[in-house]
Amino acid sequence: MFKKIDKKKWYSIKLFLFIVPFLVLVVLFSYYPLYGWMYAFYDYKPPKPLSEAPFVGVKWFKFMVENPVRVEQLKQVLINTFVMSGITLSTSWIPMLFAVFMNELHRVRFRKFVQTVTTLPNFISWVLVYSVAYNIFNSDGMVNSLLVDKWHLIQEPILFLQDSSHVWLTQWLWLTWKNLGWAAIMYIAAISSIDEELFQAAKVDGATRMQQIRYITIPSLLPTFFVLLMMNIGNFLSNGMEQYYVFQNAFNKEYIQVLDLYVYTLSTVKGGYPLSVAVSMLKSVVSVILLVVANGISKLTRGESFL
Amino acid sequence: MTEIRVKKKKIHQSFGDTMLSVFCYVFFAICAFLCLYPFYYIFINTISANDLSARGDILFWPKGIHFKNYKSAFGISGLFQAAKISVMRTVIGTIGTVSASAFLGFMFSQEKMWHRKLWYRIVIATMYFNAGIIPWFLTMQTLHLTNNFWGFVLPAIVSPFHIVLTKTFVESIPKELQEAAEIDGAGIMTVFFKVMLPVIKPIMATVAIFAAVNQWNAFQDALLLITSNTKLYPLQLVLYNYLNQASSIKALANTSSSSSLAAAAATTQTATSIRMTITVIVVLPIMMVYPFFQKYFVKGIMIGAVKG
Repeated sequence: MFKKIDKKKWYSIKLFLFIVPFLVLVVLFSYYPLYGWMYAFYDYKPPKPLSEAPFVGVKWFKFMVENPVRVEQLKQVLINTFVMSGITLSTSWIPMLFAVFMNELHRVRFRKFVQTVTTLPNFISWVLVYSVAYNIFNSDGMVNSLLVDKWHLIQEPILFLQDSSHVWLTQWLWLTWKNLGWAAIMYIAAISSIDEELFQAAKVDGATRMQQIRYITIPSLLPTFFVLLMMNIGNFLSNGMEQYYVFQNAFNKEYIQVLDLYVYTLSTVKGGYPLSVAVSMLKSVVSVILLVVANGISKLTRGESFL
Repeated sequence: MTEIRVKKKKIHQSFGDTMLSVFCYVFFAICAFLCLYPFYYIFINTISANDLSARGDILFWPKGIHFKNYKSAFGISGLFQAAKISVMRTVIGTIGTVSASAFLGFMFSQEKMWHRKLWYRIVIATMYFNAGIIPWFLTMQTLHLTNNFWGFVLPAIVSPFHIVLTKTFVESIPKELQEAAEIDGAGIMTVFFKVMLPVIKPIMATVAIFAAVNQWNAFQDALLLITSNTKLYPLQLVLYNYLNQASSIKALANTSSSSSLAAAAATTQTATSIRMTITVIVVLPIMMVYPFFQKYFVKGIMIGAVKG
């Protein structure tokens, strides 16, 4: 009897042992770095090791809210982050409509073509997106050579990429160009799972296609929309740095720096490590709280969590 | 009688419906154009006469076709090396991620595993938090993975999103399959290799595509990790550097000056032609792979949507 239990136990531990090497990787690359948050409390200056750095407590956190230059900078960074995430959040219904209208294309081959082509930009890197932007909108790019040399509409090339007054909007446009088709796929899948009989019944009742969209398709997509919206809220502070890093230049710097990019920029400044860690630490904590709150809202209103 | 009526209804579409159709076809034709044309524009410019290209003459079809841009691109120092790094990290990284995802997806579906749920949660939780780039960089430094090729590959091996995909797929397979093999005396590894692997091939293909695209496109890790050994720069980083070095790169590729002047103007590399050529080289693998594997991408996001 005992032997049998032992055997079972041994088997279950054996199964566990197989995944240990992978758990080690997870701990090394995802959990161990959390220890690095310590650096936010020291006056750390590489290459000296942390053990030789003086402990300064919450100096860097205070620095963030007391040093007037930093306060100004941080304020602008937060505004940029909030505005750009806000634009993304408030336009997150666009992929849904995109999918709804794509579903109205009844020529299957054309629809497939459109779907393939519009999802393509999602799979190229931000560097390549920037390269496309550069080749088309640069001072000697396609648009300017058309406007200046070919059609003689203007004398001086327009510096689209250096423009600082519409950064938020143009960044949103590039993001949309890259993501829209891909974001719509989730909704296309959801549309294909709507009961066909609903549409048949509506047709019999004389509903136009617009009415079908309004009373059948969109209401059935709202749950999906809601889940994705909550996820977006959870990611509100995390715009990622790649897009803004590649598009940034001396002229648009002020308005393009989002939190993720700011953390990186700080880290490249001499002696900026502790401050950078402090900012990213605050960001992480707030992000996790946002995620939990969004998940809580999802649980309360729809009875299911997405975590 | 009823059939005829139904048919009539289809023919007499309401005005609004016709407008909707027209709107949709026009709108999506524009969308498709906006997504495809930039790549086409860049491509035709790389194979056209460079002097025409510089004047903005190449808009819809190539003129004065030549392939010298590509020939000389291989002469640019560092580009070939970068391509090698990109290919290597894509191949090795993809193999690593796919194997680990398949194995872990399978193992995490083994209900008998000791504290299975706990380990699974520990792995999945890493999707939702991030220590930040400095702590991550310092960790990599401690592990001697900065300026090291394996720094691209090892952190990507355990990828929670891909594990969720495979686990969901494995769980959709009837349990009897494994039980039958176990009754026949198969151990857990035999079950995995002989029974499970052949069945989960479709989801492995999906993961492979995602992982390969991620590796090929990865930019940030190289930006952070490669501080001194520029031989390890992947293509993406090299492309970025070229974009930012504007005109000084002209000198890099213009080594030959033998042909006559007129011909030279058409094939002499300009900063723009070099940028565009590198862009095509970097984007081409994705363009070639993408249409054929699109169904795998779509499958992946749909499985992922079921269990996020």
